[in-house]
Amino acid sequence: MYRSTPTTATLSRVQAMAGTPSLLQRSAATISARTIATASRAKLNTHRRQQHQQLLPLVRHFSVSHAANNAEETLVEREPRETMEYDVVIVGGGPAGLSAAIRLKQLAAKEDTEINVVVIEKGGEIGAHTLSGACIEVGPLEELFPDWKEQGAPLNQPALEDHMKYLTKNHAIPLPHPPQMNNTGNYIVSLSNVVKWLGEKAEELGVDVFPATAASEIIYNEDGSVRGIATNDAGVDKEFKPKASFTPGMELHGKLTLFAEGCHGSLTKGLIRKLKLRDEGKFQTYGLGIKELWEVDPAKHTPGKIIHTMGYPLDYQTYGGGFIYHMEDNKVSLGLVVGLDYKNPYLSPYKEFQRFKSHPLVSGLLKGGRVLSYGARALVEGGLQSLPKLFFPGGALIGDTAGFMNVPKIKGTHNAMQSGILAADSAYKAIVTEGLGEEGSKPIVLSGYEEAFRNSSIYKELHEVRNIRPSFHTGLGIWGGIMWSGLDSMLIKGRVPFTFQHPHPDHAMMEPAAMHKPIDYPKPDGEITFDILTSVSRTGTDHAENQPVHLRLADKTIEVRENLPVYDGPEQRFCPAGVYEYVDDEAKPGQKRFQINAQNCIHCKTCDIKDPAQNINWTVPEGGNGPQYVDT
Amino acid sequence: MSSLRILVGVKRVVDSAVKVRVNSAQTGVETANVKHSMNPFDEIAVEEAIRLREKHGKDVVQEIIAVSCGPAKAQETLRTALAMGADRAIHVKTDDNLEPLSVAKLLSKIVGEEKPSLVILGKQAIDDDSNQTGQMLAGLLNWPQATFASKVDIKDGVLEAVREVDGGLETVSSSLPAVVTTDLRLNEPRYASLPNIMKAKKKPLKTVSPADLGVDIRSRLQTLKVTEPAKRQGGKMVASVDELLDKLRNEAKVL
Repeated sequence: MYRSTPTTATLSRVQAMAGTPSLLQRSAATISARTIATASRAKLNTHRRQQHQQLLPLVRHFSVSHAANNAEETLVEREPRETMEYDVVIVGGGPAGLSAAIRLKQLAAKEDTEINVVVIEKGGEIGAHTLSGACIEVGPLEELFPDWKEQGAPLNQPALEDHMKYLTKNHAIPLPHPPQMNNTGNYIVSLSNVVKWLGEKAEELGVDVFPATAASEIIYNEDGSVRGIATNDAGVDKEFKPKASFTPGMELHGKLTLFAEGCHGSLTKGLIRKLKLRDEGKFQTYGLGIKELWEVDPAKHTPGKIIHTMGYPLDYQTYGGGFIYHMEDNKVSLGLVVGLDYKNPYLSPYKEFQRFKSHPLVSGLLKGGRVLSYGARALVEGGLQSLPKLFFPGGALIGDTAGFMNVPKIKGTHNAMQSGILAADSAYKAIVTEGLGEEGSKPIVLSGYEEAFRNSSIYKELHEVRNIRPSFHTGLGIWGGIMWSGLDSMLIKGRVPFTFQHPHPDHAMMEPAAMHKPIDYPKPDGEITFDILTSVSRTGTDHAENQPVHLRLADKTIEVRENLPVYDGPEQRFCPAGVYEYVDDEAKPGQKRFQINAQNCIHCKTCDIKDPAQNINWTVPEGGNGPQYVDT
Repeated sequence: MSSLRILVGVKRVVDSAVKVRVNSAQTGVETANVKHSMNPFDEIAVEEAIRLREKHGKDVVQEIIAVSCGPAKAQETLRTALAMGADRAIHVKTDDNLEPLSVAKLLSKIVGEEKPSLVILGKQAIDDDSNQTGQMLAGLLNWPQATFASKVDIKDGVLEAVREVDGGLETVSSSLPAVVTTDLRLNEPRYASLPNIMKAKKKPLKTVSPADLGVDIRSRLQTLKVTEPAKRQGGKMVASVDELLDKLRNEAKVL
């Protein structure tokens, strides 16, 4: 059994060091920490390997039954659905999807040809499900609209000053920030508003944009190529029976289907599995970003100021960090990203975010202000190592659903948009210039897109930083990571012949509760920190009553049978919207049952990622449901 | 039965799921960048018009016209009504704040032009909860009204409606033309399907201005201040009846 004593001793020594930021002293601490930790780390790795291996067959088993589960839960009699034909079908109206749509129409306008493009988006309107920090690079936006400023794109606050801080419980120690965190030329924006603007531009260019429309199924041709998608049936009740308002879904067929669902897309995950777009043993890793938008006292507001933090409230074994961006109009966007490879099942990312806000640096800023919005979304951390194959017969993956986020920079929007542009260029060439994809002919294979990607700035960026995030996976936790990252980002810049791998998928990293102690989180004060249900009410999330619960369990007993005793029911903690609860079972006194409050869901996808049993399958609810983010 | 034309009024309001907050100037609710959609009671009104057509056939219910008074974006709401099944739409375009009396006057002018036999409105809009427009419109037109309708039917040119009133359900009948305002239990609106949304883009939508209709839409009310409701205070436990009386008399000052 793994004993925690050696590492706690290390931790306290390291924490003592934190008060004195001498680099020499820090490295001395880590070197001695390494020797002590080696033995225990070996034991831990064995445990993790065993756990991962135990779970692997479990994962494979469930992946089969997911499909079976969905099949039996659709209506028994399926009449052929109405279809609509397009040249390009784009699933997801975010930065990547809209950039691809806009680019396709711009190319057609330039060459005086026609191309039919449709974008479908599950959010009630474009931007409703878009949430980000965000401090974005404008390169790809300028490629699409060199005059974006004149056209009124809502990028109003240039980034002016960068700060990096290491937080202890009461102090904020300035750190030198790595060169890639320099934000000159970038803008602090509400990504939701930028996406709204992109949506308007897409419609002006003639793209058919359909918000409140959820793609729930991929339509395959007999040869396994992708033909398009189907939207979900509306007006189905909780028991999957049609209501009076039943409206069958529609099929949208395209010569090409671009999947732009964002991090851990619900259709993309099935696609990757079915078409084997990732090599055996490769997987994506994730983080969970939780944020709030505040209006602060003008005296405390410094427009254009950017602060990134590490350390408190996360311990040295948990990857993550905070951000505070001063936007225009006295607004401040702040949040915490927690790497979902964390081990402690008692960790609650939501409550860590509340603790982050109670740090004097943050609470001082927020006192006297009022909170406007709250939200959370999983983000991609795997980098180059986790990218799947980007194209397949009949379609391609763009944006975060493939996973182009540059983790050290914590920026993914520009890469998502760039990937949309590259895919659009390749798609246009195939469909219009070469006339491929006609009815009855071979499906389009977009190898040009993957080639363009490999020669692009996205690839260059991701290659340079590929070893940074994985360097945090060692027993040295963030100290090993900081040491390597400092070296890599300042000097080496990725020019090494080796590539660190991610040891295990995030869900296999969680350790049994017996190996950890519960974390004593402080109670919310109602002014700066809040309880989870109050926060959820600030997402504007809503799901129509009497529809099938969209969070499907492959095995309805595993949560109570395994997750509760072994991991103390981590679902109650990792969901940032309070969807999952273990409540007393009225039918079986003395026992608990697993309750899913699906209407609270804010579509962050964390449950699907982090469930140690990989039992929860996030499927898309009726279109138009989910959060209504404002200014996020 | 002779043929009917049905006019349905729809309003673009802040979506019911949005958590609204007061704007910094304290003049109203923050509406910028906030999701808007069709007033839920208006969705029920559109649905009822379509169900009447489905029940009595296209020969009887000749045309369903959707009308909205508001800024440019109100056209989105009209497109939704068209997607649900309305035949054409009229947009009275104005950026000014409209009070129920102004809307009733605008609608009465449109009624004068289009000559419908039945006007169906939502009972109230969820942004101002006025519950006045339907009643005022009936008054201006001197038409019978069936408000808070939970059941509507037309038999041989006679309107029969069941109204939800405080005491229970009241069944009324009236001649046509008439004004009906819808209550929640009247029906469950349908989803606009994707092909219908596409078709709606091609249906006619006419834009007019209040000046074209010769209506003065000046506000008669001035909003002085808008504030959030007082935060809920925690309850207090009292140890005895005397303490309760004391608190009611001296603190809450209700005795």
